Amino acid sequence: MAHSHNHHDDHGAHHDHGSFKSYMTGFVLAVILTVIPFGVVMGGGFDSRVMTVGLVVLCAVAQVLVHMIYFLHMNSSAEEGWTLLSAIFTIVIVVIMIAGSLWVMFHLNTNMMPQMNHELQVMP
Amino acid sequence: MSTITELKGPAAYWETEPHHHPEGASTNIGFWVYLMSDCLMFAVLFATYGVLHGNLAAGPGPKDLFDLELVAINTAMLLFSSITYGFAMLRMAKGDKAGTLKWLLITLFFGLCFLAIELYEFAHLIHEGAGPQRSAFLSAFFTLVGTHGLHVTFGSIWLITLMVQVMKFGLTAANQRRLMCLSLFWHFLDLIWIGVFTVVYLMGVI
Repeated sequence: MAHSHNHHDDHGAHHDHGSFKSYMTGFVLAVILTVIPFGVVMGGGFDSRVMTVGLVVLCAVAQVLVHMIYFLHMNSSAEEGWTLLSAIFTIVIVVIMIAGSLWVMFHLNTNMMPQMNHELQVMP
Repeated sequence: MSTITELKGPAAYWETEPHHHPEGASTNIGFWVYLMSDCLMFAVLFATYGVLHGNLAAGPGPKDLFDLELVAINTAMLLFSSITYGFAMLRMAKGDKAGTLKWLLITLFFGLCFLAIELYEFAHLIHEGAGPQRSAFLSAFFTLVGTHGLHVTFGSIWLITLMVQVMKFGLTAANQRRLMCLSLFWHFLDLIWIGVFTVVYLMGVI
């Protein structure tokens, strides 16, 4: 969770502006999590393509979490937990929709164009 | 019913008048819900790109088109603008009007750099004959990345508007609330960009 060192009087409804320290922590983490995937991919990547994709996706997920905590100041107490709840709801819908779309559409390709099922290997 | 009337004695157990909310108390949560709906819109575009990214119509693919060095510079621009906006918010919390405006101006500079580089990239692609009409992959690419760029454009216009507001009226409660909303919007766009550079650029080139 974000370390909020703000000493100004906030009476519940006020939003957490974070602190210099928390912004810098987030920034440094974000830079590291950007440099790693760019460095690996621009350097040609690992021998195993799956491993490269895995690392890039892992860094992206970690950086999204860093941004949510240190830049968007998300925590379980802001707005009585409604921001966190709506964010979790959104993430669930997004995952269902993206995973569902890819799943359905790539099976559609396989069923309709048997000669083109190399698409399955191209899938991320 | 009878129990309720019994309770209505000398002491009131509930508020007889509507609960008073201070002005703008629900703005944050309302804006947050807008951002979540925007997130769903981007998710649709990501899903479309995911489905269509292999449909090249015998045209150029991601490996032929994308210049990762340019994307890395663009990513840096957006990340810098995120942290400078954060500094503007810290100055705002201290009540420092000049400092807030200074950091907002730097944020605007990085935002405009991002847009300039993206427009250069788009112009370059279209010049090479890889415009949005070339293939389904390029249509999906231009829609997804273009929508993000359009968001940054409107964010920049909003940023200029707020800078004028702060200059004219100072850091009033209303202006602080507006800056808070734009802060969420701006950081949210950086968050979406993580998805764009990972899914579109890096995974396209791997």
